Amino acid sequence: MEELGKRALTGDIRAVSRLIRNIEDQVPNTHEAIKHIFPFTGRAHVVGITGAPGAGKSTLTDQLICSIRAQNKTVGVMAVDPSSPFTGGALLGDRIRMLRHADDPGVFVRSLATRGAMGGLSKAVGDGIHVLDVMGKDVIIVETVGVGQQEVDIINHAHTVLVVLVPGMGDEVQAIKAGLMEVADIFIINKADREGARKLYKETLSMMDMGKFPSGWRPPIVMVESNMEPHTFAKSVDELYEKIQEHYAFLKDRNLLQERAQLKVQTEINDALRSAILEPVLNKLIESGEFDEMVQKLLKKETDPYTLADEVAAKYLVK
Amino acid sequence: MAKKIRILLAKPGLDGHDRGAKVLARCFRDAGFEVIYTGCHNTPEQIVNAAIQEDVDMVGLSCLSGAHTYLYPEVVKQLRDRGVTDIPVVGGGIIPDRDMQPLYDAGLKALFTPGATLDSIVDWINTNIAAKE
Repeated sequence: MEELGKRALTGDIRAVSRLIRNIEDQVPNTHEAIKHIFPFTGRAHVVGITGAPGAGKSTLTDQLICSIRAQNKTVGVMAVDPSSPFTGGALLGDRIRMLRHADDPGVFVRSLATRGAMGGLSKAVGDGIHVLDVMGKDVIIVETVGVGQQEVDIINHAHTVLVVLVPGMGDEVQAIKAGLMEVADIFIINKADREGARKLYKETLSMMDMGKFPSGWRPPIVMVESNMEPHTFAKSVDELYEKIQEHYAFLKDRNLLQERAQLKVQTEINDALRSAILEPVLNKLIESGEFDEMVQKLLKKETDPYTLADEVAAKYLVK
Repeated sequence: MAKKIRILLAKPGLDGHDRGAKVLARCFRDAGFEVIYTGCHNTPEQIVNAAIQEDVDMVGLSCLSGAHTYLYPEVVKQLRDRGVTDIPVVGGGIIPDRDMQPLYDAGLKALFTPGATLDSIVDWINTNIAAKE
């Protein structure tokens, strides 16, 4: 497994895609590969792109790849789509929009299913970013699933978060709610040729006028019109990329990258502890049948979940 | 560990009849597979690059324009040229009987023609495409 990590460091595409696959499948010992590459991580600019289903995230990502490639920088993309809560299957369709980059060796695109994760990402995204980072990609774009208001895990992984809004999704009360609207480093009003775009712009602006920006960065709003006009669309996205670079420079100048990095490592140690401590215990309980017994006890109201959890903790946790 | 079967579903060549591919994509989703659907008008190069980057267990091709005799073997050939021998290629569409054997000879692992039921395709995948180690 360490071998796979070594090959990923050389930019070997098959090693990279297999490693991401093993991370997703939670293949035993994959952690050995991550241990090997971890010291080399932290070089790439990670850009998150999030917004409602159908807001245009994939199409924007596709055009953004053009803007980034025009500066001779390489790009890694991880695009997340939802897994079915019923069958566990998934239809991953983000790649359709990015097909024109399939022959470009400077671009690596990987589709991931959420596999039960609730925050708008896949659990594999954190380590997946590391893999794309060490394979040498300059910019990594993480496209979330189509999100609602609360799926904002992307802030734990990205340096720059783009929130894509489209006209016609609600009044200004939506704009001042907590969650999604708070996490943007840059707002994009997409499909801005549609009715209501001007109104959405004003609402977003007045929402920000009410806010405070302790870091000193006030999220700009970029209007992007229909991709049916390729020239103006490309120009707007070039402008968007300028804003993205401005934000990255801002983070660097103010030593704020460290803060973002801290969020990421906190998430990572949290996840690593869970998989090292909680999961083995859970697996043991499931294998021994104790888990089913506990479920039955709860159904019969013989006990409650907290008492059971205390019993398990007393058995497995050495204080 | 939670292995999932990952399938790339693509339409090579100049053919916009994507109903069949979409029905299959939905069917595979319901069968618990992860399907990467890349839509219409793919070149063999694009399909091969996508298959490698996505590390899929199988490539499924759909083409109803009659160009399957060129496009399907070309995908197989380009995968081999890139040193990829562990991703089987499967095809579907309106394939005349006389084209079947040449396509198998070219390395296609299975061919599904009109009349093939969704269940039979899912069964074939469950039997023949074990998720990779």
